Amino acid sequence: MRSALRPLTRRGMLTGALGSAALLATGGAVAGCGTPAAQQTEAGCVSEDLSGSEQTLAFSNWPQYMDVDPDDESKRPSLDGFVSRSGIQVTYTEDINDNNEFFGKVQHQLAGCQSTGRDIMVLSDWMAARMIRLGWIQRLDPAKLPNVEANILPSLRDRSFDADNQLAIPWQSGLAGLAYNGRVTGEIRTVDELLTRPDLKGKVTALSEMRDTMGLLLLSNGHDPADFTAAQFDDALSKLKRAVDSGQIRRFTGNDYAPDLAKGDIAACIGWSGDIIQLGFDDERIKFVVPESGVLLWSDNMVVPNRASHKANAEALINYYYEPAVAAQLAAYVNYICPVQGAQAEMEKIDPELAANPLIFPDEAMLAKARVFMALDEQRERDYETRFQQVIGA
Amino acid sequence: MTALTQLPSGTERSSPRARWGRRRLLPYLLVLPGAAWLVLFFAMPVGQLAAASLYDPTGSISTGYAPAWAFGNYPAALRVYWPQFGRSFRYAGMALAVALVMGYPLAYAIARKAGRWKNLLLVCVIAPMFTSFLVRTLAWKTILSDNGALVGLLRDVHLLGPDGRLLATPIAVVLGLTYNFLPFLVLPLYASLERLDPRLLEAASDLYASPLATFRRVTLPLSMPGLVAGTLLFLIPATGDYINAELLGTPNEYMIGNVIDSAFLIRLDYPQGAALSFLLMSAILALVFGYLRRASPEDLL
Repeated sequence: MRSALRPLTRRGMLTGALGSAALLATGGAVAGCGTPAAQQTEAGCVSEDLSGSEQTLAFSNWPQYMDVDPDDESKRPSLDGFVSRSGIQVTYTEDINDNNEFFGKVQHQLAGCQSTGRDIMVLSDWMAARMIRLGWIQRLDPAKLPNVEANILPSLRDRSFDADNQLAIPWQSGLAGLAYNGRVTGEIRTVDELLTRPDLKGKVTALSEMRDTMGLLLLSNGHDPADFTAAQFDDALSKLKRAVDSGQIRRFTGNDYAPDLAKGDIAACIGWSGDIIQLGFDDERIKFVVPESGVLLWSDNMVVPNRASHKANAEALINYYYEPAVAAQLAAYVNYICPVQGAQAEMEKIDPELAANPLIFPDEAMLAKARVFMALDEQRERDYETRFQQVIGA
Repeated sequence: MTALTQLPSGTERSSPRARWGRRRLLPYLLVLPGAAWLVLFFAMPVGQLAAASLYDPTGSISTGYAPAWAFGNYPAALRVYWPQFGRSFRYAGMALAVALVMGYPLAYAIARKAGRWKNLLLVCVIAPMFTSFLVRTLAWKTILSDNGALVGLLRDVHLLGPDGRLLATPIAVVLGLTYNFLPFLVLPLYASLERLDPRLLEAASDLYASPLATFRRVTLPLSMPGLVAGTLLFLIPATGDYINAELLGTPNEYMIGNVIDSAFLIRLDYPQGAALSFLLMSAILALVFGYLRRASPEDLL
């Protein structure tokens, strides 16, 4: 009797459970009413500034993007300097690990014009551009940012997604270029060498960040990433596809190319200047190359999202970090390109060797070769990103 | 007064019925927390996913997605990403084959031959699960490194060419899948082999069955429930996995999980991501039901 009943009842139950799940699924489909538009406007989503009564500020940043005291890792000298000078208590959180992931984290609040609980977020160019496009970012008051106006690097002024420098202020910048491990391979000078040289086959990685990889390829074709046409993009993409199909490119990576390059599993790659400087400290044969055709200049930008209620406090902090002495203090620790003019002179006092490093304080010749990838509208962003993702396999 | 006199007789009459009612309700009450959990965290998200897979694909996050019964999303997604789809099942199947060859003897040894080492061996199978999945996969990058000892050895014995490599090849992905999901196969197998009555094996040999025949006619059929459960527990997560392909493979090894990840997080194409998720889910369900139907459901369901 047991054996006769058992399969029947359990099976029945399972069928029932599955049936009801299916029912619910269709129910959900019927009841589902799409997703609301995420676009916000300045008039439709007004933020209140409580800075007058609340001396606080919530600052979200990437890990290891702030100077720490070598003796006590919990102390952040430049940030502590701001707190003691302004009296504003800063809650500093390192909760941004990936632009796309972070977008997923805050998109529902910002799309619904709700507070994210953050007053400053640090986002890469294209993500800042996307949020600006969606109307999720508050306009800053230039009168409260005199240091920014005076000291920001000329190449970082008037970028296509922020023509008046009032929405996204660079925190740190960097270059996307080529890098190689001199223990495994000889020097590499051009993007074409990276993509075609037979001895590098299967030992090359490129960045999964579409703008950095495609920007360099556009440059190698003699086109300008700051202003290109769809046909030029197609050209560059088919060049990349040839390299993927031939097995020249091994992987597309985020930051994780760095240990592979150090181990020599990959011989050369498209990489970021800051990472390569760090690797270069341990192994001087790992080198960053600025190809003749040009490099990509990117920034991570401080933005104040909608409904952040301490905009004036945020402006005070942004202005503070554009003092050359403060910027030098920060740059001495993080090793990216310092977006603040005058910081180089201050750096001479801290560490003359770093002050002479062109990857932290690029000279005119290098900046002349650096381009910022153009801002894309939503439809083109999706089209380019989809086709790029198809070439890189996903 | 009247109420008072009526009260005792009233309770007497209703009491058995109330108890009977409570007894009938009890199973439902017991199911309630689990069912509520399932509805809230399984059925509703699945419903939403189903709805999202039918959104108008021309929508975007800034304009929003309109519900459109766009069944065309399914063939459209499959047309572009069928290679990754096929690859997912192929790699998971290959990993399963390797895992069975390694896992069955292992489970058998632990269950029947390990003696006092049994617990230690079990801990060895489970212990890697105490560290994060990601860390374990990253460790494989070191093991399979081009300049590592393993690849050096394989090159020395000419199993790999002088420029050959393991990392960033399908082999690495399949090995990673095998390793990461092996415990899911071994543990259910161990449980069913452990319950195996040794007297049945004795009886088999008393009846002049060769060891091979004993295994084929007694051990294997009796371990079938564990084998089926283990196979499913292995195959289901392995098919949907994307970490192994991401870390150990190249774009040419990307599986359907990588595509879904990119659809939701990078390309922000929610209808396509949802459609692919649903296709994967239904393909796995079809696989499971087909498999269960062939492998004597009485023992399992």
